[in-house]
Amino acid sequence: MIRLEKRPQVSAFMSYATPVLAVLATFAAGGVLFYLLGKDPVQSIITIFYDPIFGEFSFYYRPQLLIKGAPLILIAIGLAMGFKAGIWNIGAEGQYIVGAICGAAAGLAFYPMEAVWIFPLMIAAGAFGGWLWAMIPAFLKVRFGTNEILVSLMLVYVAEQLLASMSLGLLKNPEGFGFPGSRNLQQYASAHNAEIVAGTGMHWGVVAALIAVIFAYVLLTRHRLGFAIRVTGEAPRAAHFAGVNAARLTFFCLGMSGLLAGLAGMFEVSGPAGQISIDFNVGYGFTAIIVAFLGRLHPIGIVLAGLLMALTYIGGDIAQSQLQLPAAAIQVFQGMLLFFLLAFDFFTNYRFRFGFRRAV
Amino acid sequence: MKFGKLLTSAVLALGLAGGAAFAQDKTKVGFVYVGPVGDGGWTYEHDQGRKAVEEAFGDAVETVYVENVAEGPDSERVMTQMALDGADLIFTTSFGYMDPTINVAAKFPNVKFEHATGYKRADNVSTYSARFYEGRAVQGHIAGKMTKSNIVGYIASFPIPEVIRGINSAYLHASKVNPDVEFKIIWVYTWFDPAKEADAAKALIEQGADVVLQHTDSTAPQAAAAEAGGVVTFGQASDMAEYGPFPRVSSIIDNWAPYYVARTKAVMDGTWESVDTWDGIPTGMVEIGEITDAVPADVKEEALAMIEAMRTGAYHPFTGPINKQDGSAWLGEGETADDGTLAGMSFYIEGVDGEIPN
Repeated sequence: MIRLEKRPQVSAFMSYATPVLAVLATFAAGGVLFYLLGKDPVQSIITIFYDPIFGEFSFYYRPQLLIKGAPLILIAIGLAMGFKAGIWNIGAEGQYIVGAICGAAAGLAFYPMEAVWIFPLMIAAGAFGGWLWAMIPAFLKVRFGTNEILVSLMLVYVAEQLLASMSLGLLKNPEGFGFPGSRNLQQYASAHNAEIVAGTGMHWGVVAALIAVIFAYVLLTRHRLGFAIRVTGEAPRAAHFAGVNAARLTFFCLGMSGLLAGLAGMFEVSGPAGQISIDFNVGYGFTAIIVAFLGRLHPIGIVLAGLLMALTYIGGDIAQSQLQLPAAAIQVFQGMLLFFLLAFDFFTNYRFRFGFRRAV
Repeated sequence: MKFGKLLTSAVLALGLAGGAAFAQDKTKVGFVYVGPVGDGGWTYEHDQGRKAVEEAFGDAVETVYVENVAEGPDSERVMTQMALDGADLIFTTSFGYMDPTINVAAKFPNVKFEHATGYKRADNVSTYSARFYEGRAVQGHIAGKMTKSNIVGYIASFPIPEVIRGINSAYLHASKVNPDVEFKIIWVYTWFDPAKEADAAKALIEQGADVVLQHTDSTAPQAAAAEAGGVVTFGQASDMAEYGPFPRVSSIIDNWAPYYVARTKAVMDGTWESVDTWDGIPTGMVEIGEITDAVPADVKEEALAMIEAMRTGAYHPFTGPINKQDGSAWLGEGETADDGTLAGMSFYIEGVDGEIPN
């Protein structure tokens, strides 16, 4: 007989081993999937995971990892703080959009003036936009006890409508022949989030992500607020008795994750994306939820998880083009990663027991 | 632009190193798709064009594609990757790929790019699009004749010139044969979202529409119409023949195959040049799918005559007198619209209800 038994204590070993096991299991199951599709499984895995980092054109793909990973990490860091406290912000995508709109609008308001203070102003505007959008579910939760999961998620769709409206109206490029989309910020020097060293992929969003990681690490391990976050997530009643102000914590966690998502949006729109357009958002806010959990809600883990997710996207596109793997297969592959993570996660709390239960 | 130079020189170096061995190499053609190849509409037809290129040149070409590529930095990366992998010609098939295409093309001056539906060109970037509004004229005519409720529903994607042109063309020809016709327009802000498209179709049918036109790419509105019964639809971007003979009574088909084959040939022959192509029924880039017997014989005959007139150039769908929505004159008697105005069309013509959202 095999039966499941709850571990008396969370296994420290398993909580570190889980992500590694999940990745290995994804390799195995993904390999089978690719094989069934008539592709060479080993070649497919190499194309996705090895080529971008060590392959012939890695000089191009390595910087791309930073460009793709930075927004994921920035957003996931913010989300993780809330998730640790049991505050579920599912609407980072919306906060990302609003941050981008506010950041771009702040820059475009001064077009074509060139000044050094324009970019810092855009950063502030982007952060404020994301923060403001996250304050809506925070306020409603504290004041009326609404569920922040639903409110923040619904606000994503509101933000998407706002994005469409901005692309077609207020922020539309007046020289765009009536087509939707704003001016391209890459062609507006004062507002362009350019690479700090050309060819490295290192733009200000990457710097911001690194600062956020360090900040979150210190906050969670060294600061009283970090203690409040952890204790609230693990034992809300104990937190109450320890004098944690739940309302203030809600405002902080949602506000901080909104702020970071807004920053991510702002750095994206002023750099790699370049313009506000109807399809500006590509799901970073949702993928970041996976990144946060894949990284075990730990700042360093999130960095690794963010880069890993970026790798699957970049490698996935290469595999599509070189091996003609369908896009859906790549998505299934990415889905497997989360699935196996959650499946193995189970074993940090439970374990198998072999043999018969002794009669009591 | 140091990085651009670095990339270019790396590619040149590779090209030189491999030059001798690969001199007789296949011509490599890349395609970047915004949707899945199985969408049954826009991307599906581009992929048909890709297959036609393979068929036309056999072993002399190699085609590659990446589907579901988000507009923005992801598309830029995919194009760069194709160029690095040695593509000679890259078709980027969505409007949102415009700036990324220009950016990547600047880094790879020896690779040719073709961007669909945009307006930015460079020495190695051509643009191409189709005059879908010619097909809309045919749809408008049939819709005006076949509607009994005099309400025509229109599922519009984004308020951009291409879509507005389609609405105007369809309305113009519907109202010509049926002055009482009224258009109800729903903006769904997507090119491909079966759930949203189905909702929009149902909402239009509930409001009394017995003809539904769509400027979105999925077959969901067809299915919604089939379920409601008695509602006429038209295939969009692709034939969608599986919903014929009713509700789908005809269709606009984007036939990119001849263009893709010709442009690939030009690259092979070394005669490729940057051009701006806007073709329609005359060259076959826009095809009208079979008009089924659900359409009364006389209406079908008129529609076929109109197609023939457009094919020979005898008839232009926007022939005056036409007024703008506010009643001001646009085209005088017998005057036809110029391409510049059509390309940037951002106004409704007289008689269309509602406002263009912005």
